[in-house]
Order: sequence, then structure tokens, then C-alpha cells
Amino acid sequence: MTTLFANARLIDPEAGTDGPGWLLVEGETILATGTGEAPEARETVDCGGKCLAPGIVDIGVKVCEPGERHKESFGSAGAAAAAGGVTTMVTRPDTLPAIDTPEVLEFVTRRARDASPVRIRPMAALTKGREGREMVEIGFLQDAGAVAFTDGDKVVENTKVLSRAMTYARSLGALVIAHPQDPGLSDGACATSGKFASLRGLPAVSPMAERMALDRDLALVEMTGVKYHADQITAARALPALERAKNNGRDVTAGVSIHHLTLNELDVGDYRTFFKVKPPLRAETDRVALVEAVASGLIDVISSMHTPQDEESKRLPYEEAASGAVGLETLLPAALRLYHAEAIDLPRLWRALSLNPARRLGLETGRLARGAPADLVLFDPDFPFVLDRFGLRSKSKNTPFDGAKMQGRVLGTWVAGVRVHEGG
Amino acid sequence: MTFRLRHLLGIEPLTPADIRTTLDLADQYVDLSRGPSKHTDVLAGLTQINMFFEASTRTQASFEIAGKRLGADVMNMAMQASSIKKGETLIDTALTLNAMHPDLLVVRHPQSGAVDLLAQKVNCAVLNAGDGRHEHPTQALLDALTIRRAKGRLQRLTVAICGDIAHSRVARSNILLLGRMENRVRLIGPPTLIPARAADFGVEVYDDMREGLKGADVVMMLRLQKERMDGGFIPSEREYYHRFGLDAEKLSHAKEDAIVMHPGPMNRGVEIDGTLADDINRSVIQEQVEMGVAVRMAAMDLLARNLRAERAAKGGVYV
Repeated sequence: MTTLFANARLIDPEAGTDGPGWLLVEGETILATGTGEAPEARETVDCGGKCLAPGIVDIGVKVCEPGERHKESFGSAGAAAAAGGVTTMVTRPDTLPAIDTPEVLEFVTRRARDASPVRIRPMAALTKGREGREMVEIGFLQDAGAVAFTDGDKVVENTKVLSRAMTYARSLGALVIAHPQDPGLSDGACATSGKFASLRGLPAVSPMAERMALDRDLALVEMTGVKYHADQITAARALPALERAKNNGRDVTAGVSIHHLTLNELDVGDYRTFFKVKPPLRAETDRVALVEAVASGLIDVISSMHTPQDEESKRLPYEEAASGAVGLETLLPAALRLYHAEAIDLPRLWRALSLNPARRLGLETGRLARGAPADLVLFDPDFPFVLDRFGLRSKSKNTPFDGAKMQGRVLGTWVAGVRVHEGG
Repeated sequence: MTFRLRHLLGIEPLTPADIRTTLDLADQYVDLSRGPSKHTDVLAGLTQINMFFEASTRTQASFEIAGKRLGADVMNMAMQASSIKKGETLIDTALTLNAMHPDLLVVRHPQSGAVDLLAQKVNCAVLNAGDGRHEHPTQALLDALTIRRAKGRLQRLTVAICGDIAHSRVARSNILLLGRMENRVRLIGPPTLIPARAADFGVEVYDDMREGLKGADVVMMLRLQKERMDGGFIPSEREYYHRFGLDAEKLSHAKEDAIVMHPGPMNRGVEIDGTLADDINRSVIQEQVEMGVAVRMAAMDLLARNLRAERAAKGGVYV
């Protein structure tokens, strides 16, 4: 069974190209790409000159199973992902209970297989119960399919515990993902310190807390030689440390959330809790520096940091309100803001959205090469729309982009050659 | 006399004209309060509910007296003791109260922004009686009235605000108001109690009290809350008093006719010398309390006028 994607604008992050062409899929994998005369196929999809790119690999998606299925399930998250062009969700272990044993992980894998139309690769906790005291069974969890180990936004405070977990993970070649925030400085904070937070009277943290924690983690990486990924670098001041570690040949990568690339602290306005994320939104100067870091490749990965929260946990005074925003369906149009602002071209953008996260986790996706899985997204980068949060497929509607003017619409999503979403 | 706003949530949205309007009306209410009959009926038929989610004696009493002098039906709700303890959310509490058709809601809450949130959910006029570290607009207005009456003007004055600025909603509202009326504002305190990027507010920041007080027309002291000591913001009460407590010697660096203010309640011997606080030639602390009632009467009167106009325009049953 072959499918030809004809008349496409191919976005190839691996080759760094953006141009007209066709792509041929056989079964679950990509058979060939080319320009000019297209080969014959059983089925043809006319792309109408729109963009065809590898599907997005989103590291750090919170699906609220087990524990808070009223906020999000594998079914609803999977539908949201398919509609957003996300073909692989790399899920977080910060559920209730935490995903810290092979048994819980198997439950997740089974639920995911039954309910989600897109691929799911689970992450597991780094320490039991995410309590920062004892490492999890890294080996068993790896065998059960965990692609990375992280305590999510809980920082392992005890340096000895973290160094042991890293040393052990190193021997198994496991990837450790950390959330670099100094826990003492950031305790109780819900805003970035500066004029805005001071005027609003919100407890705030200096972005220096991020650099301090990153410095600590990077020293431990140097000590243990572990594969390390910082989930979100959001402060300009943390970038030089990251650059130094990379230049010194450490096995280090970093991500950033789409919200920190497209919003800043002022968007909180009059205590709008849908803009409360973790770490808090930063100054505009930080945002600009982050966009440059993504364009230059210093920051490797853009993710949605999809964090569903119900209305009740957001309709509270700002300090009390829950953190996080949904992002699976808005990741692509929000990321295209950077393209439309001419800050980055599409192949580079797709490196951060697809190729780099796949490579970091050892996945075959993220490429348009022969033999790669046929995980694809077809989108119109220019299609304008106003986002209505109640149109989202996620069970939770906590998006900061409600009412925002956006550009970019997913016309189709394919996972392993099978169409899982049809838009437009 | 008209006021543009539906609620009084903070000083931030007010223009100099709004501030002058409020203070001019408050002046009239000072006269009323000093007169033989302290009663009018401008709020007759209206219901005022005081919701205090944080303990308060003076502010609550001040709002209650203000409402009663204007003829409103006033009700106090001590929210710490009520449904909040039973797990009801702020929004649900607001909706419940809203169903009882209050006209003026006076709210104090320990969290910044909570009063804004509540105001979005109710159909009446909301007055912020202090939210977290954010704003306390009627305090700033009463301070402004006190200054205007003592100094004869509310511009081109040098006002020094001293103490725990970082945790103070009184300081924020005062900085905004005094700045808007074109005064020179100085903040004095240990750097641990000065908010981040305070200089960006258009103020001058000092950590030496004598230097900061030089040439000041008004010295505004803030209360040092005991819990700040435990939080490690300052090393001890006595060192704080030594460096930042107001006494006659430190005050001698300010202008000779400088007035001393304090929003109360005072910690004598922590941030202010007791004798100085009682010195009727320098301290206007008692006047501040008096002005508080007048300013709150003015604010509620102005908001009620808007409320009546709005309802009349809608063809409502209220006149």
C-alpha cells in the first residue's frame, strides 16, 4: 500500500530545506521524497502547495491519567495532539500517583495504546514518589519503555541523591531531565521579580534562580557524565552556562516552552491566571534572547508543556491558582508566530519541534528520510483564525491564547502512515 | 461631581481629576462629621457589606461608620470565621453574596488581585479595602487628604515613605497616588524590604534614613510586621529601630515643619518613637484616622451615584 503526497511544500529539518516536492509512503514508513515528476501510488493526497513536515515530538505532555482524568485523559489528549500536528507525546510522570514503578508505567502504556491515536512515549520519575530521596528502578523502567527520567517541576534538592541517580542513570545510558530552579529562592513565587511583579504585589523570584540551579546540575553532569536535558530554559542569564557546557562537550541539551517564546510577564495583566505557568513568564528581553537561542540551536527543543487544569483550579486568586497551560493544539500556530516574525525559518523551527526531541530520545521520527516512520503533518502556515478556547479538544480549556489572533492550521496528521486528523 | 469608575479597586486607574474629585467631596464630609448632626441619607436604601477575609479593626470600623453616616444599611462579615473555613471558594462566596443584592461591597483579602477577581463576578460597586501586597486605595486617599489639609497642597512635596515597602499595599497605593499628583517620592528602608526594581516606579531609594529624610515635607512611617523578623528580612528589632526607627534626631534632618504619618496600628519603639507619635505639633496620625472616615464616605457616595445612574439608564427598579 503506497500513498503519494503530491504538490507539497516539503519542510525537511534534517536537510534544512524548504521547497516544493513530493513524498511517497509505503505502509508505515517513508519510501522516498523528490521534486519534479512524481511516481505512481495507490492513493494520492494533493497537498495543494501547503507545508508537509515531520510530525511534532512534544516532550513534557501532562496527561492526567492516573489520578485526574477529569482534567485530561489519553483519549482527549490524543485527539488534541492529532489536531495540533503532534504525532508523539512524551508524557510526564507527575501524575497521581507518580509514574515511578514498572507496574504504573505498564498501566500508562496500555491506556495509551487503547485510547490515543498518536504515539505515546512515557517518561518515568527519577526518584520514588518524586520525593527526591531514593532513585526509582531505572533499569526496569527503561525495559518497560521509559524514554527519560524526571521529577517534573519538583527539583531534587539533595545533591547527593541527584548525583547518585545520575551516576546510576549514566551506566544505563538513561536520559535525565531536570527542571532547573533553585528551590529556596523560588519557594512561594508566582511571578518573575521586576517592576511588574512589584506593582502587582505578587511574590516573585529572580531569574537568577534558574541559572543557579542549572549551574549546579551542569557541575553534576561534569562529575557523572550523565545524558542531561533541561526541560525549560526561560531566562537569558542561564544561556551562557548552557553554551559553556555544550562547548565543553557535555552531553547536554535544553528545551523551552512555547509560552516563554511567545508571551511575557506583562501578559498576566490584571491577574489573569491562565498566564500562570512554571517557571513564571519572564521579561521581554528574556523572551527575545530565548527566540535567538532557538534560532541559533543553543536551545534544542520547543515543547508545549501541556498542563491541563480545570476551571476550579484557575478561578482563584493568582497566588493560589494552579500553574500550567494546555498547549497541544496551540503549539503549532504559536510556534509559527516566530516564523511570521521572521525570527526563524521553518526547517530550523522544525528541528526544535520534531527532529531534535526525537534524536534526544533515540526515536526514528522527526525526519523525512527514506525508512523513517511516516509521522507527518500537513499545514497551512498562513491561515488566520481567532482562537476560541471552547473549541479545544482537551478536556481542560486553560489556554493563554483564548481570543488571540493566530496563523497556521493543521490540514492533516498521519501517524505511521495512517491519517489521524483531517482539518480544514 | 462625577467619578468615571464602577469600582474602586486601586489608585492605578485613577486620574489626577478623579483623585481631586474624591478629596474635594471628602472635605465636605469632614465638615459633616465635625458638625452637630453626623447623618445624611445619600446612601439610604442601599446595602453595604463589609467582607474582611483578613483581620482588621480600624479599617472595618472606618468603613462601617462611613456607611452609617451616609444612611446605608451596613453589615459586617468576618470571613475568616465563615464559609471560607468550610472550603468554599472566593467566587462561590461572591456569588452567594451577590444573590442578596448588595450595592456596595467593601473587601479586604490577604491575596493580591483577589478583590479584582471578586469584582468581576458581582453586580455591585466594589471597594478594595486592601488586597495582599497590591493596593489599599482608601488609605492612600486619606493620606493624601491629610497631607493636603496640613500642607495646603498636594503637589511639589517631598514625601519619604519609610520601612517595609516590599510587603506594604499602603506603600504601593501611596507611591502611585503621590507620583500621579507630581510629588517627589522617596523610599527608605533596608534593601531586603524594598521591592525589586523599585527605582523603576519613578521614586528615589535610600538605605540611609538621615539622607533620605533630608528636606522631606512629609515622613510616612510603615508598620513593621512581626512575621518579617521570623522571615529573616532584618536581623533584629533593636537593629531595625536603631537604623530605621523614627526618633526626634532622625526627624531633625527633614524640613522643620515636616509632618509625621503612620497608617496604624503602630509598634512604638520598633518603627516610631512613642513621644514623637504623640507630638501634636508633628504627628498627624489622629487626623489620618479622622480623614479615613471622610474619604470612605466620599468614595462610597461617588460609586453609589454611578450605580444609581447605571440602574436608572437600564430602567431598573432602583432610583
